[in-house]
Amino acid sequence: MARFQGVDYYDIDSLLSEEERMIRDTVRQWVDDELLPVIEDAYIGRYLPKQLIPRMAELGVFGANLPEEYGCAGLNNVAYGLIMQELERGDSGIRSFASVQGALCMYPIYAFGSEEQKQAYLPRMAAGEVIGCFGLTEPDYGSNPGGMITRAVKTEDGWVLNGAKMWITNGSTADIAIIWAKTGELSDTKSIRGFIVPTDTPGFSAKDQKGKLSLLASDTSELVLQDVHVPDDALLPKSGGLKSPLMCLTQARFGIAWGAVGAAMACYDEALSYSKQRVMFGGPIGGKQIQQVRLAEMLTGITNGQLLSWRLGRLKDEGTMRPEQVSLAKRHNVSMACDVAREARRLLGGNGILVEYSAMRHMANLESVYTYEGTHDVHGLILGQDVTGIAAY
Amino acid sequence: MRVKSIVCVKRVPDTEARVRIAADGQSIETAGVKFVLNPYDEFAVEAALKHKEAAGAGDVTVLSVGGGESAETLRTALAMGADAAVLLKSAGPLEGLAVARVIAEEVKGREYDLLLFGMKAIDDDLQAVGPMVAELLGIPAATAVTEFSVEGGKATATREIEGGSEVVELKLPCAITLTKGAYEPRYASLKGIMAAKKKPLEEKPAAGGESGVKVEKLSYPAERSAGRIVGEGPDAVPELLRLLRNEAKVL
Repeated sequence: MARFQGVDYYDIDSLLSEEERMIRDTVRQWVDDELLPVIEDAYIGRYLPKQLIPRMAELGVFGANLPEEYGCAGLNNVAYGLIMQELERGDSGIRSFASVQGALCMYPIYAFGSEEQKQAYLPRMAAGEVIGCFGLTEPDYGSNPGGMITRAVKTEDGWVLNGAKMWITNGSTADIAIIWAKTGELSDTKSIRGFIVPTDTPGFSAKDQKGKLSLLASDTSELVLQDVHVPDDALLPKSGGLKSPLMCLTQARFGIAWGAVGAAMACYDEALSYSKQRVMFGGPIGGKQIQQVRLAEMLTGITNGQLLSWRLGRLKDEGTMRPEQVSLAKRHNVSMACDVAREARRLLGGNGILVEYSAMRHMANLESVYTYEGTHDVHGLILGQDVTGIAAY
Repeated sequence: MRVKSIVCVKRVPDTEARVRIAADGQSIETAGVKFVLNPYDEFAVEAALKHKEAAGAGDVTVLSVGGGESAETLRTALAMGADAAVLLKSAGPLEGLAVARVIAEEVKGREYDLLLFGMKAIDDDLQAVGPMVAELLGIPAATAVTEFSVEGGKATATREIEGGSEVVELKLPCAITLTKGAYEPRYASLKGIMAAKKKPLEEKPAAGGESGVKVEKLSYPAERSAGRIVGEGPDAVPELLRLLRNEAKVL
């Protein structure tokens, strides 16, 4: 199979440093060599290809933008974004795995954990020895996480957690869960705190979510916590209020904004190559006006998305990035990627419904990405509130 | 025991890159072309790293002759795990013997057990620089090696030869050129890429690179002629066989 050469219509490569390009190319090659050869089977067989976890850890993709003192790669955010882009060029489910491990589990331990918690977990999580999942969303509280009804009640020597969490990526694979729960009244969103809960704690159970038609190479579960006792040091001491989990989501959404561009690049690359080879009515379909306009739209969307993520990454590295700017990029890039994947699938004709082509797999995956980590619509409302000063929710 | 290696590497166009001949007709157009560490040299870097790791001590120095942009190629090898790099800067492209003289001039003042090369560079396919350097230095050489061991002041190398393999023994220090075999190149880890920035990369002018060979002209391979349809279905088989036997002479 030919190696992926990237899509770079605006010479965005020249906006990247040598290290950033080298990191991107390393992950790109790994995706070609090790992820793509196994993804079809995993997708059709509906399993997370776990053999990739130690290999991703060796490369250093987990929590790659966290400091070296905790066993992480210490990369800047543009390099981190490029890793997410390349992983999702392979599959959104694999990128989701890495996002959850890094941005939703390692990040809160890094940001809200004690020094002991950081030392105990971060190096082992970077090494892929401890897998995490992130429990915020509940069956009845998705877009409105502040309404959660999971509670943590203080006891003499720790806490007792009760509640249920839904749509939890890595839920059945994880060794630990970062559980968000109210420590006060249900009306008090300020009482939301984060807890590190080992998944083998009595009363904790995870059940695979059945019947998914998207992210099939990823593990999605429902978590139930029934009188789960954890010691005092399970609490993330610096977590406080709904703002804490939302800060984690900003990290993850940043990676999604990049990742979606990767999925779109994969679909465009496949469509372009197919359009030059597939002959119909005596010539390649790439010579037909309708397919040329399709390809032009895809390329325009991808170039837009690349520039947005690049700029967002530089803002994050400069320390001036605002969460609303992440909303704009997540919203635009995922929606763009959904469009590109669907148009690529259509360009591929009948072949486009087969798993040996990637477009329909990406198309189905991206519907989840469109919906998770703040739906497309909710990000629209965040932006609406930001520009008008009036909250619509 | 410790193994000290010097690995000579070259920056070459990516195997997937479409290379065009430049306006001078003697070189290739470099604009817009992605360059990589020569894949055969990756085997050599990997072999050096493996032998250093197996010995538990030693060091791996990577060396390249070329323009300033070859520093990036050296950093790729540093990211894989090499300890130090040397770039011998030449003003323009040098021909094989000239490159060999530059390398020999640099290496003769250094201490090493193994002088490793890729069997060939994928751009000019010369396959001669390694053995030429060995000749200039007066050290033994083995080419097209798939695997080797180092013990007791000598290297034992398995060479790929027609229809089988050959095992040769070389006194250290020696030169070895690597082909695909036991040394599957590792990925540079992301930490390795970051660490590469902090490793020493010495740049100095290439010295002593004279040669009597000059590239006169580059040209593309002849275009393949269009295929021919001899007929359809079983009826076409006798004619196809006749053509394969008499015209193409492949049967």
